[in-house]
Amino acid sequence: MLELSRLGVKAEPAKRQGARRTVWRDGRNLTRLFMAAPALVWIFIFSYVPMFGLIIAFKDYRFDKGILGSEWVGLTNFRFLVGTREAWRAMSNTLILNAAFIATTLVVSLVVAILLYQIQHHILARFYQAALFFPYFISWVIAGVFVFALLNSDTGLVNQLLVKWGRPKIPWYSSADYWPAILSAANLWKSVGFWSIVYFAGMLGISPEYYEAAEVDGATGWEKTVYITLPLLLPLITINVLLSIGRIFYADFGLFFHVTRDQGALYRTTDVIDTYVFRGLTKSAQIGMASAAGFYQSVVGFALVFLSNWIVRRIDPDRSLF
Amino acid sequence: MSRMRSNTYYLIARRLGQVIIHLILAALSLTCVLPLLLIVAASFSDELDIAKYGYSLIPRHFTAFAYTYILKVPAQIIRAYGVTTFVTIVGTGLGLFLMALLAYVLSRYDFPWRKSLSFYVFFTMLFNGGLVPWYIWMTQGLHLKNTVWALILPYLIVPWFVLLLRTYFAQLPNELLDAARIDGAGEWRTFFQMVIPMSTPSLATVGLFCILMYWNDWYLALLYIDSQNLHPLQYMLYNILMNARAVQAQPQTTGIRLPIATVRMAMSVLATGPAALVFLLLQRYFIRGITVGALK
Repeated sequence: MLELSRLGVKAEPAKRQGARRTVWRDGRNLTRLFMAAPALVWIFIFSYVPMFGLIIAFKDYRFDKGILGSEWVGLTNFRFLVGTREAWRAMSNTLILNAAFIATTLVVSLVVAILLYQIQHHILARFYQAALFFPYFISWVIAGVFVFALLNSDTGLVNQLLVKWGRPKIPWYSSADYWPAILSAANLWKSVGFWSIVYFAGMLGISPEYYEAAEVDGATGWEKTVYITLPLLLPLITINVLLSIGRIFYADFGLFFHVTRDQGALYRTTDVIDTYVFRGLTKSAQIGMASAAGFYQSVVGFALVFLSNWIVRRIDPDRSLF
Repeated sequence: MSRMRSNTYYLIARRLGQVIIHLILAALSLTCVLPLLLIVAASFSDELDIAKYGYSLIPRHFTAFAYTYILKVPAQIIRAYGVTTFVTIVGTGLGLFLMALLAYVLSRYDFPWRKSLSFYVFFTMLFNGGLVPWYIWMTQGLHLKNTVWALILPYLIVPWFVLLLRTYFAQLPNELLDAARIDGAGEWRTFFQMVIPMSTPSLATVGLFCILMYWNDWYLALLYIDSQNLHPLQYMLYNILMNARAVQAQPQTTGIRLPIATVRMAMSVLATGPAALVFLLLQRYFIRGITVGALK
């Protein structure tokens, strides 16, 4: 977005009050406001109103009494939450798994982007991009079907192979220890295409002159990658990582719900805040605890986003969210 | 002489490097597409083969039995296709229109409330009330439970898409839009006759994102839809997976072999088919879409 001040155009300081009145009187601006109105109203109803609902966390919510009619209970819900082991487990699982996802996605998608950049065959490069991007558009339900085809204990592809190699079958859907790795792989499968295209696009933006100069100096492909591509890509990488860290309290519900088939035996390593809140709301009817966990997620999550955005703005003001 | 030889070595090494890179990328690409191939293969397999030998990439006995089994009682799947199609068309059409209007207004440099309204819109990307208040508001406040609107309205405006559209619109030459105004065109006319025609590729990109978002959605149905009449495809598929397990668990049905495994796969193919096709035909729009978004 072009800012007028950056173009050297300064706002006229004189006649502030008159200017304000013309802003309102200018029919064009009113028309524009009218054009944007439906979307703005929608955002108010579907995004801002639920924010007020956060007060539920401090209430003993009863469906028959409604949000405003329910009794205030102070921090009771939070005291319960802190005393539950499942809540702590969900919290630490969310942080650990998301951290693993951020790291693996970054490394693999950077490697893929670098490889794509090395390719001289453009049609094939486009083909690879499309294939890698494909899973991004497959729903987690389908991904869950596929993982089930791989891992179910009797007919799954993996156990068939294990038997063929003379190893015992593994009951994947009740062995929680394997799941951080399985979920990381599923997450990679779905997101690597997207992020490698982002980084590849970033590389295309690097001026070829740098590479030409390096070639004259006799740099190898590896050296060019390490000393030119990666340093020039660093701002983009930093920003994306910071923004992902800002969202570290939010888990990808579909991944954790469908790929694990919501198996209770796996909760030890796979239950995250989002699935915990979902169960509290729909199955165990512990709305108090669910809303307290949700409140915690929203507020701490927001603080993190705010912090990471502040850092992003110091690196590159154009890329910060606000 | 030695210089020429080192040159040859260099060329060979380079070639070899290219071959290795291609092999790695081809293997990765295959891994990404393989799951779907496996699902398609399994959907055309014989149920007994799967029970005996497990899933395989090439069906031992090719059969379309699972599909005929599903299509024998097609009412449910036709219904689900209908719901998904309706939701996708209405949601994408309405959403894209409203988002484009909003993005256009936010992209105009001379709109005085541009900054504050942008903040109002994009703040919702950073902070939200979370699941519980949203759920209670949707069901108790707006009474959307078990209505088709519960599948459409929550995804109508996506701030991220507004951001993309605003970026595209901001790249349109200001002189052109200003000239239209001087020639007497109002805001609506500028929007419909200049902005929209000049940004069809970007609108197409965001539209495609919307289409796939609605087509692949199961989350809203999981939360807000109980009645089977309103189940979209993905959620119906999810239910079939759950019910198939329930059937397997009942001892009295063990005598009869329902084609559970293959039906599950055939349903997946039917549910994904159209979306996969859309993606394959139009993938370069998507790729360009993220490229522009990434570079902002």
